[in-house]
Amino acid sequence: MGTPAIELKNITKTFGSIVANKDVCLTVNKGEILSILGENGSGKTTLMNMISGIYYPDHGHIYIDGNEVLIRSPKDAFKYKIGMIHQHFKLVDVFSATENIILGLKDEGKFSLKESEKKIREITSKYGFDLDPSKKIHEMSVSEKQTVEIIKVLYRGADILILDEPTAVLTPQETRKLFAVLRNMRDSGKAIIIITHKLHEVLSLSDRVSVLRKGQYIGTVNTAETNESELTEMMVGKKIELNIERTKVENTPDRLEIKNISCINREGVTLLNNVTFTAKAGEILGIAGIAGSGQRELLESIAGLQKLNGGEILYHDPQTGYTENLRDKSPVKIKELGVRLSFVPEDRLGMGLVGNMDIIDNMLLRNYRKGKSAFLERKKPKDLANKIIEELEVVTPSAKTPVRRLSGGNVQKVLVGREIAASPTVLMVAYPVRGLDINSSYLIYNLLNKQKESGVAVIFVGEDLDVLLELCDRIMVINSGKITGIVDANEATKEDIGLLMTKNDGGESDE
Amino acid sequence: MSNSATKKREPLFHIIKRPAIPMWQSLLIRAGAILAALIVAGVITYFFTGLNPISVYTTMIEGAIGTEKRIWNLLQGIALLLCVSLAVTPAFKMKFWNIGAEGQALMGGLASALCMILLSDKLSGGMLMLVMIVTSIVLGAVWALLPAIFKAKWNTNETLFTLMMNYIAMQIVSYFSYKYSVPKGSGSIGIINSSSKLGWFPSILDQKYLLNIIIVTVLTVLLYVYLKHSKHGYEISVVGESENTAKYIGINVKKVIIRTMLLSGAICGIAGLLMVAGTDHTIATGTVGGRGFTAIMVSWLAKFNPIMMFLTSFLIVFLEKGAIAISSEFDLNSSFSDIITGIIIFFIIGSEFFINYSIKFRESEKEGKNK
Repeated sequence: MGTPAIELKNITKTFGSIVANKDVCLTVNKGEILSILGENGSGKTTLMNMISGIYYPDHGHIYIDGNEVLIRSPKDAFKYKIGMIHQHFKLVDVFSATENIILGLKDEGKFSLKESEKKIREITSKYGFDLDPSKKIHEMSVSEKQTVEIIKVLYRGADILILDEPTAVLTPQETRKLFAVLRNMRDSGKAIIIITHKLHEVLSLSDRVSVLRKGQYIGTVNTAETNESELTEMMVGKKIELNIERTKVENTPDRLEIKNISCINREGVTLLNNVTFTAKAGEILGIAGIAGSGQRELLESIAGLQKLNGGEILYHDPQTGYTENLRDKSPVKIKELGVRLSFVPEDRLGMGLVGNMDIIDNMLLRNYRKGKSAFLERKKPKDLANKIIEELEVVTPSAKTPVRRLSGGNVQKVLVGREIAASPTVLMVAYPVRGLDINSSYLIYNLLNKQKESGVAVIFVGEDLDVLLELCDRIMVINSGKITGIVDANEATKEDIGLLMTKNDGGESDE
Repeated sequence: MSNSATKKREPLFHIIKRPAIPMWQSLLIRAGAILAALIVAGVITYFFTGLNPISVYTTMIEGAIGTEKRIWNLLQGIALLLCVSLAVTPAFKMKFWNIGAEGQALMGGLASALCMILLSDKLSGGMLMLVMIVTSIVLGAVWALLPAIFKAKWNTNETLFTLMMNYIAMQIVSYFSYKYSVPKGSGSIGIINSSSKLGWFPSILDQKYLLNIIIVTVLTVLLYVYLKHSKHGYEISVVGESENTAKYIGINVKKVIIRTMLLSGAICGIAGLLMVAGTDHTIATGTVGGRGFTAIMVSWLAKFNPIMMFLTSFLIVFLEKGAIAISSEFDLNSSFSDIITGIIIFFIIGSEFFINYSIKFRESEKEGKNK
C-alpha cells in the first residue's frame, strides 16, 4: 500500500448531547480512493468538515504526511492541501468559471485572468475534465458547476480531495465521466475521499471503504474483498429490540390506491417514477429510503401539493363506498370531497405550523374556513389546544405561546395532535420523531398505533430502520423515486431493506 | 454550518436572542430609550446652540399641544398619517412590501380633486361626495392592484414596482395641476370651490377636522378587527409567515395577494380623499407629503397592530409639530428640529434591538456555541 496522506486518530465531536463522531480512526493513502459509507446522520459529513476546517474536533489527532496538524479553519485546510467539494455549490452565478476559481486567492505577482485561464486549461487537460473556463456559472449544468468546484480546489494545489455525495445530483452519464476523472486524479497520486451511500458506486470506484454507523467507526475493508451484503450489514448493523407495541388489525380494506404516479420537476429530473402501492385501513405502511429519494414528493402528491405527470391516486371512501381520484386536486378540493386526509410534513415549522402564531391559531389552520361567517371562531380551537396540551403533555406556558418558542418535541406533539384531532381516514407522517427524545418518540409511536387500531390508514416515512421494522406492518422502500420493494415488516431484516434502499436496479450508472 | 466554530478565542461579547420578555419589561426598555434620547438630544442642543434644553423641550410640548387649536391640528395630523399607515399594514403583514402608499394616496386625492373640479356644477352636493368617495377608493385600489397582479402572476419585485408607481402618480398629478391651474399657467390648482365649498367635508361641532378624525378612528377599529378576527386577516398572517404553510392548508396565495393589495390601495384612496376633501381642498404633487413613507415606520414600530399604531403615529406627529415650534421660537433653522426628531426616533427604533436581544459579555468559563 502507498504512504498515508492523512491519518485520523480517535476523532470525537459532540454537539450538545449528540455525539456526531466517536473515536473515529481513518487513513487515506496517496494514490487511493477511499469511500466513506454510512446512513443519514451517521456522521460522515461532520467528519469531513473537521478535516476541511469547518468544525474543530473535541478530541483526537490528525496527521498529514506523518506530522500532527491542527486544522482550525478552511484556510488551514488549504495550507495542508486539503480541498472539499460540498454537496451544495458555493459559486457566484454571474461570474465565469475562471473568475470563480481564482476568487479569494491572494495573487502573488500580477493579476491576470489569461494566465489563470491557461493554468485552468492545463488542469482540465491533465485529468480529462470537460469545461470551458470562460463560461458563466448561470449558463452551466449541475455537472459543470461541480467540475468548477473540483478545479477550484485543484487550482489551489489540493492533494487530498473530499467529495460530499458527488453523484447525488448527477445523471448516470455524468457520474461515469466524474469517475473517470477521479481515477485519473488517483493515478497521479492524489488522495481522494468520497462520501456516499450508494453501494454500487463504492464497489466500482473506490479502493477501500470505511463504514460509519451512528457516529461510530465500524471498520475499513478493501473493496476487492467485500460485497454488497457485507457492506450493508456493516452500515445498518444488527437489529435492536425497541419493544414498540404492534397490534394486528383484522379487517384491513384498501383505503388509498396509488397507481403508476410519476413526477418530473422543472429541470427534467424524475422525482417519482411509476410509483404503485396500496395503503390499507388499520395498517401502518412504512416508507424507507435514503433522504431525498422522493418521499417528500410522494406524500405531497397525495396531499394535493405536487403536480403529477401521470398516474392515479384513488381513495376508497369508507362511508359512501365511492372511489375518488385525488390526482391534481387542491387540498381544499380534497377536503370538500369528504376525504379526511391528515398530513404531518417533514418541515414542521415551515409547513405544518406557523411558528409565530400561538397554539390556538395553529389549531385554526386546518379548519378556519368552517362556517359562513367572515369572522374566525376561536372557541373550539381553544378547547382543542387545551385538550392537546393536557393529553399529550405539551410543555408550554400557555395555549397562547407562539409555537416557535416550544421545544422540538412539543412542536411535534402540537402538530400531530392537530392532525389526529381531525379524525382522519388517512394519516401521513414524515419523520415524526426526528429530533425528539425517547419519551416523546414513544408517545408518537403510541398515537400512531392507536390511529391504526381505530382503522386509519397510516403512512409513515421514517429513517430509523429499527423503528420501521417494529412499528410498521409493511415497509415500502423507495430508491431514486422508484419503489424497489414492499416487504412484510414481521419477516424482513435490516439487511433486506438496506439493500433495497441502496441497490441500483437500472445498472446504467455503473461502468 | 457555523464557520467560526473553530475559533479559539471567544469574542468580547455575544448577542443572544431573548426569549419573550414580559410586557412591563419591554415598556421599561422603551421608556428608558426615550429618556436616553431626550438626554442625548439635550446635550447636543446645549453644545450647539447654548440653549437650555428644558426650555427647548417645553417649547416643543407647547408647540404640539399648547392650545386647543394645536391639539386639533395634532389630532388631524395623526389622523392623516394613521390612515396611510393603516393602508400599508395589511400588505406588510403579508410581507408584501408596498412602498407605493404615497402614489396610491395621491391618486385617491387626484380622483377627489378632479370630481370637485369637473362635476361640481353637474351633481348635487350629496351625489358629488358619493362619486368622490367611490372614485378615490377605486383609483387608489387600481394603483395597488397593478403591482399585485404582476407579483401574483410573474413574481415581480413589488418594492421596485410600487416605488415606480409613485413617480407615475406624481407626473399625472403634475399634468393636471397645469391643465386646471388657477390662474392659467401658474402650475398650481389653488383652493377648489373656495366659495361654494362643494365637495368639502363639513365641519362637525365647528371643527373642520373632526370628520377626518372620526373616519380614521372607525377605520382603525375596523382594520384591527379585520386583521385579528376575520378569516381574511388570518389568511394574510399565514401567507406572510410562510407561503409553504399557506399552500399546505390550501390557501390560494395569489388570490390573497391581490385581495389584500386591493384593500391596501383602497384605504390609501380614502387617505387621499381625506387630504383633498377634508384638508387641503386642492391637489399638488406634495399633497401626501411623504406620509406614504413615514407610514411604513409607523406600521413597523407598532408591529402591525392598528391600535398601537395610534401611539406610534402620535409620537411622530408630536415630534414633528414640536420641532417646528422650536425652530421658529428659537430662530433655529428647520434642520435642527430634524436632528432632534432623528435622535429620538433612532433611540426608539434602537430599543427594539434590546427588547429582542440581550448582550452577554465574555466570561472566564468557555460557553457552548449557539448560533
